[in-house]
Amino acid sequence: MGMAAADLQFHVLAVDDSLIDRKLIERLFKISSCQVTTVDSGSKALEFLGLQEEHDDQNNPNQPCVSPSNQQEVEVNLIITDYCMPGMTGYDLLKKIKESSSLRNIPVVIMSSENVPSRISRCLEEGAEEFFLKPVRLSDVNKLKPHMMKTKCKSQLQEPEKLVTEEKQESIEIAHVVPSQPQKESDTTQQQQQQLQANSNNNKRKAMEENLSPDRTRSRFSSLTTV
Amino acid sequence: MENQKQHQAAYMRRSLLDQGYLDEQFIHLEELQDDANPNFVEEVVKLFYTDSARFIRNIELALENGPCDFARLDNLMYQFKGSSSSIGATRVKRQCSQFQEYCNAKNIEGCKNTFQGVKQEYATLKTKLEAYFQVSLSLIRYIGNYSKD
Repeated sequence: MGMAAADLQFHVLAVDDSLIDRKLIERLFKISSCQVTTVDSGSKALEFLGLQEEHDDQNNPNQPCVSPSNQQEVEVNLIITDYCMPGMTGYDLLKKIKESSSLRNIPVVIMSSENVPSRISRCLEEGAEEFFLKPVRLSDVNKLKPHMMKTKCKSQLQEPEKLVTEEKQESIEIAHVVPSQPQKESDTTQQQQQQLQANSNNNKRKAMEENLSPDRTRSRFSSLTTV
Repeated sequence: MENQKQHQAAYMRRSLLDQGYLDEQFIHLEELQDDANPNFVEEVVKLFYTDSARFIRNIELALENGPCDFARLDNLMYQFKGSSSSIGATRVKRQCSQFQEYCNAKNIEGCKNTFQGVKQEYATLKTKLEAYFQVSLSLIRYIGNYSKD
């Protein structure tokens, strides 16, 4: 697998104190062609994400790429965490992520073996994308691709000539769209809205599946990956 | 020979499901196996055995020693139930739930009795799974030996 293909893979951070469940989640995501890192606690998750007090001054809200203390770049496209864990719960972890300017755009999914409606709504209100009841199935994981698409780093999407407009293509890369004809007032506003939408919602980009620029230079932080 | 084993494995799986020892979660696990990962379920089940042995030991200790810490017992059983659920071990899971109910009621005798049930169901399941894997894994290896790729 070359660098380009690896960069198109989604990277999932899975957090669970249960060894069996970590193994299951890892398998589910690997089958879905994702790179997976598993950790057994919320604090280790934060450590992996590089979220320490002094690093919280990053103001790149659109990029999930953060620099942990060892200066390597990590891109995480999804965080999936168990709810009930000793120490920091999944909910606590969710809150910390959403409070971080550098991490809050990473979609977070909560898993729990208990079906507690108030717990579920609290997590969703706090910003979790989905709440899965355990045991998690492949059908659950399949729902997550659109969420992960949103967070692919913009630098990987700058290939405008390869944009494919197919069935459900609504989103476009803002930096490279040039209106082909003069815009009327109302059209401009609408277009701006669309572009803002596209900027943060690139979840239908077919271009993702093609081989983009092969000269990637970003290093990958992979010492915790259990591939 | 291969057909016979296939039938045997399918039969054993069917009866484990029919008798409620396993549920569809186990089938989902088997569906996650492929040629590159033919031992996935066996590996998961081995983790289950290790986890279970640890839970059982800790619960036993917690039940024996002095005043009962129901919160701790409940927490241990919650984790055991989670593992059981992840591999589809229905009967074990049900016993775990019952144990938790006795914990909530702070009924130590109920806990101890149910705990015997948990251990029993676990032991039975382990025996049946070991027999099942003997057949299904030998089938996988047989196919592996004779497949072209």
